[in-house]
Amino acid sequence: MIQLSSEERAMHDGRDGPAAALALRIVAETARMLGAERLVPIVSAHIDGCLYHGDSGTLFAERLVAGEGAVRVPTTLNVGALDLLHPDRARLSPHRAAMARRMMDAYVELGCRPTWTCAPYQAGHRPAAGQHVAWGESNAVAFCNSVLGARSERYGDYLDICAALAARAPYVGLHRDENRRATVLVDCRGLDPRLLAEDAVYPVLGAWLGAAMGARIAAFDGLPAGLSDDRLKALGAAAASTGAVGLFHIIGTTPEAPDVATAFAGQPPQETVRLTGAMLRAARDGLSTARAAPGAAIDAIAIGSPHLSVDEFWRLLRLLDGRRSVLPFYACTGRHTVDRLEEFGLWDEIKAANITVVADTCIVVTPILPDGGGVLLTNSGKFAHYTRPNTGYDVVYGSLADVVETAVAGRLVRDESLWR
Amino acid sequence: MNRHVIAFPVARAEVVQPGAAEGRVLKLPTLSFWGGVDPSTGRLTDPAAAGHGESTAGRVLLVAEPRGSSSSSAVMLELLRVGQAPAAVILGRIDAILGLGIVVAREMGWPTIPLYQLPVEAHEKIPDGSDVRIGADGSIRVL
Repeated sequence: MIQLSSEERAMHDGRDGPAAALALRIVAETARMLGAERLVPIVSAHIDGCLYHGDSGTLFAERLVAGEGAVRVPTTLNVGALDLLHPDRARLSPHRAAMARRMMDAYVELGCRPTWTCAPYQAGHRPAAGQHVAWGESNAVAFCNSVLGARSERYGDYLDICAALAARAPYVGLHRDENRRATVLVDCRGLDPRLLAEDAVYPVLGAWLGAAMGARIAAFDGLPAGLSDDRLKALGAAAASTGAVGLFHIIGTTPEAPDVATAFAGQPPQETVRLTGAMLRAARDGLSTARAAPGAAIDAIAIGSPHLSVDEFWRLLRLLDGRRSVLPFYACTGRHTVDRLEEFGLWDEIKAANITVVADTCIVVTPILPDGGGVLLTNSGKFAHYTRPNTGYDVVYGSLADVVETAVAGRLVRDESLWR
Repeated sequence: MNRHVIAFPVARAEVVQPGAAEGRVLKLPTLSFWGGVDPSTGRLTDPAAAGHGESTAGRVLLVAEPRGSSSSSAVMLELLRVGQAPAAVILGRIDAILGLGIVVAREMGWPTIPLYQLPVEAHEKIPDGSDVRIGADGSIRVL
C-alpha cells in the first residue's frame, strides 16, 4: 500500500477540491500498480495528454476544470491536434476539430502554459539536474532525464496532468538513483570522425540505441565533446521511438556521465558494444520503408520531430540558399520558434522557399499530409518511425542536405558517400 | 460459450485492475495500443504487426510484451468510453500505462475491464482462439 504524507492525505480527502483529490487518487493508484512505496514531490510537468485521440480525453480534461483543477507546478503543453496559428492546416472533421479545441482550451484553463511543443526544453522549460519532475512525451522524457539530468519516469497520458495537479509522482523507476546508472557501454571510438561530424548520424545512433537496448540504460563513449542540444534531441527522440529509452548517457557530455566510472556508479558494464559503421548503416537503412533509389519519386517532405529550433531553421535556409521547394514541404515547430522567426525576419524567406510551417502540432499526430499517400522524405528518426503507421505514407530517411536537394530537384537526391 | 466444462485453472494471473471476464483469446507477441489499435473500433491497425485487421473488442487480449507508448492509456480510455474495449487484458509484464486508462475510466464513471499480469512462460497454456473464463482472483480456465 502507498504511504501518503499528511499533506497528500489532506489532498486525497478533498481539502484542495475535487480535481486535486481525483488527481491524487490516480497518481496513488498508478504508484500502487508500479509497486512504489510512496509519492515524490515534483517541481515541473510537461503534458502529453492534451492530444486528442477521441472525446474521452476532452471529457476528462473538462472534468478536471469543473473540479476546480489548477496545476501546482510550472507546466508546459505538448502538441495538440490543431495548429491554432494556422487553423486550416489540420483536416479534422468539424466534430473532432471542435473537441480537440475544447481539450486544448481545458488544459490552458488548468493553468498549463500553451507552449504546444514536443521540445519544451527549447522553449525555456529546463528543470535543473536532480530535480524530480513529471514529463510526458517520450522524446521530452529522454531529453529531460539524459541532457538536463532532471528525473522523470515515462508516464502515460493523463498521469502527467494528474501529477501536475497533485504536484506528486510515483517514486519509482528513473526517479531513483539506483535505476539511473548505465549498464551497457557503447564504444563509438571506432566510428569515422567524418560521420560523427554530421547531424544525420544522430537520429541513426538513436534508432540503433532504441532497437538494441529497449529499456536498458546505455552510455556512449567516444562521441565528440560539446554535442548541440539539436543533436541530442534528435538522438533521444529516435531512441525513444524505436525502444523504451527514457535515459541515456554520453561520457563527457551529459550531466550524470562526466566519466565512465560515474556513469556506471563504479560498477563494471554488464555489456560492451563496439559500434561499427556497418551497424549504423543498417540502422539507417532500417529507417526507410521505401527503396531509396536515386531519382525515386518523393511525394512530400517533413522535418521537425522533435519541433525545429531556430538554429535548425537557419541551417535549412542556408542549405536552400534562396532556392525553392517544388514538393509539398512541411516544417513542424513550436510557437516559441515561430516568434523568433518573425523577430529575425526569416518568415518571408521561408514562405518564398515554398515551405509550409506547421505550429502547435505535427504531421504524424493529425491529418496534414496530402490525401492519397506516397513516399515521404524526412531527416527525423522519429518521423521515420511513426509516419507509416500513423499516415500510411512510406518513408525515406536522409540528411537535411538530402532533404533540401530533393525538395529543389523534385526527385530523390541522397548523398551516400558518408555511409560507405 | 455454453459449454459447461468447469476445468481446473490452467494458470493464475496477478490482478492489476479488478474484475472477472470471459471471452475468446487473441494472442499477440507485442502490441502498442497507440498506433496499434483504432480507438473508435478496437481494430488492429498496424499492417506490419500480427493480427492486422482483427478486432480486439470483446476479446481476452493476451500480450507477451506490451510496448508502452505513453498514449496507450488515452486509447484504452477511448475504447472503454465507446464500448469497444477488450473483455480483459493479460500482459506478460506489468504495464501501468494501460492500467492508467482503466483507472481514469473508473473515475469518469465509465465501464472498466480487468487487467492481469501473467509471466510469459505461462502463456503457452492458453491457446490462441480458445474461450476462457477468468475469475476475480485471476484464475484462468480454458472452456
